[in-house]
Amino acid sequence: MVESLLSVEHVSRRFGGLLAVNAASLSAPTARITALIGPNGAGKTTLFAVISGFLKPSAGRVRYGGEDVTGEPPHRLARRGIARTFQIVQPFAGLSVRDNILVGAHLRHRARAAALAVAEEVGREVGLGDMLDRPAHTLTVAGRKRLELARALATEPKLLLLDEVLAGLNPSEIRDVVPVIRAFCARGIAVIMIEHVMQAVMSLAEHVFVLAEGRIIAEGTPAQVVADSAVVEAYLGHGAAAKVRSANVH
Amino acid sequence: MKALLLIAIAVAVFAAVPLVVHSNVVLNFLVVTLMIALAGQGWNILGGYGGQYSFGHAAFFGTGAYVTAILQVEYGVNAWIGFAAGIVAGAAVGAIIGGLAFRAGLRSSYFALVTLAFAEVLRILASVAPITGAGVGLLVKLDLRAQSFQFQSRAIFYYVILALVAVSLVIAQLLERSRFGTWLIAVRENEDAAMALGVDAFAVKLGAMVLSAAVTAAAGCFYVQYFLFIDSGIAYGTWISIEALLTPIIGGVGTVFGALVGALVVKSLGEGAKLVTGDVPGLDLMIYGAVLIVVIRFAPRGLVGAFTDARERLARRFAAPRPPVREAVRG
Repeated sequence: MVESLLSVEHVSRRFGGLLAVNAASLSAPTARITALIGPNGAGKTTLFAVISGFLKPSAGRVRYGGEDVTGEPPHRLARRGIARTFQIVQPFAGLSVRDNILVGAHLRHRARAAALAVAEEVGREVGLGDMLDRPAHTLTVAGRKRLELARALATEPKLLLLDEVLAGLNPSEIRDVVPVIRAFCARGIAVIMIEHVMQAVMSLAEHVFVLAEGRIIAEGTPAQVVADSAVVEAYLGHGAAAKVRSANVH
Repeated sequence: MKALLLIAIAVAVFAAVPLVVHSNVVLNFLVVTLMIALAGQGWNILGGYGGQYSFGHAAFFGTGAYVTAILQVEYGVNAWIGFAAGIVAGAAVGAIIGGLAFRAGLRSSYFALVTLAFAEVLRILASVAPITGAGVGLLVKLDLRAQSFQFQSRAIFYYVILALVAVSLVIAQLLERSRFGTWLIAVRENEDAAMALGVDAFAVKLGAMVLSAAVTAAAGCFYVQYFLFIDSGIAYGTWISIEALLTPIIGGVGTVFGALVGALVVKSLGEGAKLVTGDVPGLDLMIYGAVLIVVIRFAPRGLVGAFTDARERLARRFAAPRPPVREAVRG
């Protein structure tokens, strides 16, 4: 078992009467891609918000690099090396692509020249090299997703939380972004991705956690998880696993 | 570098005015205009770069003014020290209001209303407290000596306020090129996204508020030394809150020269109208309103913003057709 950089221990998050995340535990090792999947409304984004400090958990602990970081504010976690992207992209719309990435680069580089150099390098790496001087609001959806990636990457994270960076992209755009994500992992970043594009999850992730109705209902390799009857039922409804199995037999 | 040169040129042009113009009326007009530009530049740091629209910058202007006046009148402190103390006190009030409002997570109109409320509370307190001269106000003793920060010649006052405005322009320019300023703009554009990138939004907004308050307080300190009188209506009145936000909005929010350009335009129109119509009360406010509507409709980024856009559009128009022409020549 690889030493895990992040471990989430029995985290719950309640919104009034709704238990959005219910005693969920997961872990993510360095230089690996871990996927978090589950049906809509399962609590994936809520769990990300807890890990990145935007929400405090109602119960449970978040450990990062051996330290308890539960409830720390987002900016402090970012300094520790946790970066996230937003499912609904949040560009600094009035700024250029370069200046967007610069904000992230400034986290580790006080001097403007050094931060600008990092911003440019990261922009090229995610494929925004030709658009650095364009206003962020003129980017396409695919461009904005790349910008989310670039800004997060510019903070030089150790743990990267990707919230549906492939959603809304067409197949050729997905083919372009997948190697970028793989490259993050190759340089030692622990990646956790929430993703609905199963084809990407199957090819990228080494370990998959499945969240349904706030609970982790299964985990394992992608192949194990898709064969798990609890997972099939979570997506397709009660009794679906048996039907699928009998359909396969006939 | 280019931007600093632009500031130097602008200041040099202003500095040349008293060499050519000797009219006290004109100099007085320019002194007041520059004082409003300074107050507006203070607002611009927080509102323009930080996106936190305050309706109560009178709180800082007034505190600067009162501290400068009270220290001299009640405690016999030297005017220069009073001036510095006024700036520090204004910054401290900024830290208190900012600390409370930002800690409570107030944004946009809620923040605007709370700042307005603070300024009004201070105005009411100042109108009854004995130390502020209550309803009567405070008169600073006439003592036309440099060590009392009073000058026989209006031109010297003019150079003093010009120097303060120059400093405020440089502050804005440094802000645009610094990490703090980049973070401040990021908070303006999207606070959540900024926090995810490691920006301590509370600290950044508070820092901007303190800097903003200090600059606007300096305008208040100057007011006292120039007019040698202050009362609660002037110090904490809504007039200065409005002028401080109006000038950068008309001139261009979040730009180095926005407040200066805005103050020149607004004050020129106000004074010009008074010259034409005689002193109709409230006319300047009506003109401010009309200008504001026109600017927001046709140049939402202010006059400086409109100018930058127009220049970029022209640059594109002239730059665009060139490559095909070259191709044709080569072909």
